[in-house]
Amino acid sequence: MGTADRELMSASDVGRTISRIAHQIIEKTAVDGADAPRVVLLGIPTRGVTLADRLAEKIREFSGVAVARGGLDITLYRDDLDSKPPRALEETSIPVGGIDGALVILVDDVLYTGRSVRSALDALRDIGRPTSVQLAVLVDRGHRELPLRADYVGKNVPTSRNENVKVRLVEDDDVDGIWIAPDGGPKR
Amino acid sequence: MTVRHLLSAADLSRDEATAILDDADRFRSALLGRDVKKLPTLRGRTIITMFYENSTRTRVSFEVAGKWMSADVINVSASGSSAAKGESLRDTALTLRAAGADALIIRHPASGAAQQLAEWTLEEDGSGPSVINAGDGTHEHPTQALLDALTIRQRLGEVAGRRVVIVGDILHSRVARSNVALLHTLGAEVVLVAPPTLLPVGVRQWAGVTVSHDLDAELPVADAVLMLRVQAERMNGGFFPSVREYSALYGLSERRQEMLGEHAVVLHPGPMLRGMEIAFSVADSPQSAVLQQVSNGVHVRIAVLFHLLVGTDEVVSV
Repeated sequence: MGTADRELMSASDVGRTISRIAHQIIEKTAVDGADAPRVVLLGIPTRGVTLADRLAEKIREFSGVAVARGGLDITLYRDDLDSKPPRALEETSIPVGGIDGALVILVDDVLYTGRSVRSALDALRDIGRPTSVQLAVLVDRGHRELPLRADYVGKNVPTSRNENVKVRLVEDDDVDGIWIAPDGGPKR
Repeated sequence: MTVRHLLSAADLSRDEATAILDDADRFRSALLGRDVKKLPTLRGRTIITMFYENSTRTRVSFEVAGKWMSADVINVSASGSSAAKGESLRDTALTLRAAGADALIIRHPASGAAQQLAEWTLEEDGSGPSVINAGDGTHEHPTQALLDALTIRQRLGEVAGRRVVIVGDILHSRVARSNVALLHTLGAEVVLVAPPTLLPVGVRQWAGVTVSHDLDAELPVADAVLMLRVQAERMNGGFFPSVREYSALYGLSERRQEMLGEHAVVLHPGPMLRGMEIAFSVADSPQSAVLQQVSNGVHVRIAVLFHLLVGTDEVVSV
């Protein structure tokens, strides 16, 4: 991390927060109940997929239910493709059984303008028809440009638009933690 | 921004080619098993294909690629257009640019036609349609080379270090030229096998290739064999004594297939002349990747359209 970066969550904070979200998902979806819905966790690459994997693992640990999980690349559905340099595609993996009739929980690291989520909703529409869609994020940093909200939030963080929230996870970055970089840092 | 074209496989760097192949695989998995094969990425873009030579695979796969990406695809063929009335290629191209084409995909019997088209359609302010070479004379066919490389990579795990034997009418083959360039860029060894009359002048100076006239000696050490069609339409004069002799010396028969390693893959860009350069049973055997090449062709062309038409060079601050 850069020297000017401010730590927002430590490694143990991140672990605790993911566990809490897992508990909230179990409670809200009643995934271990009698007539439980079929829950599918779909991460938005890159770190959303990692988070979805960790959440699925925690849900299995706490409730004994193995929920399906996958990744949903939204690159082709973005609304800023023409104003940015070309970006590489990421892997899309839809679990066996698809998403028709399932309760899909989209998982992302940071909720900001809401445009990624909109793209993900568009992508879902082409893949199938879930019964309902929910959203889980590790950090909600505000500045929404679309009428969207998350169902599960790890931490609400007021930020300035100039700041940059960096989520780092061991699987992708060799370290767990969340930092805020002041203006001028590279945009993620 | 500058207009991005795909005119020659030799223009692609290793990183660029690998990025296109990676994205083609991603598109494949993104579209796999979907009922709705439609991505919104090229909505509102107009792609015009200009085919001055016959084609099934290339034209259809470009059209499918454009349509799956939600672009509007319009086909112009020489016989059904004003070209049949005597309009020049340049006038046709300027007309199509004026009609609003974002991309022109051209196949033409003249080598260099795609390059010419890119120069003619460039506006003074540097804008203009992206031009994609879908085969120009005996020069290049870059998307074919990309789909062949993708097929080899899927079957053998990697292109670098593999030994690819290209057999047949090298002289008239744009597929061979593009493949030699791209396979060399990607780090494969290339062996060309052909009768001396069907080898281009100076072929021994091409970067990264060895030349042989003995197919039987090359087959046991090959990782991939690319059979070329004998292009009778480009031949005036006798290049070999008889079809039967050509087939006996350079055709991939059942006997020759047995000389191949078990892992080796057989490719053919199509259309195949069964019984001449490839035996019926070989073309339909599990070792043959002919139909895999066709579906890869769609995904590679999606990836090429994506790389050429989406995104800007400049970084726009958010």
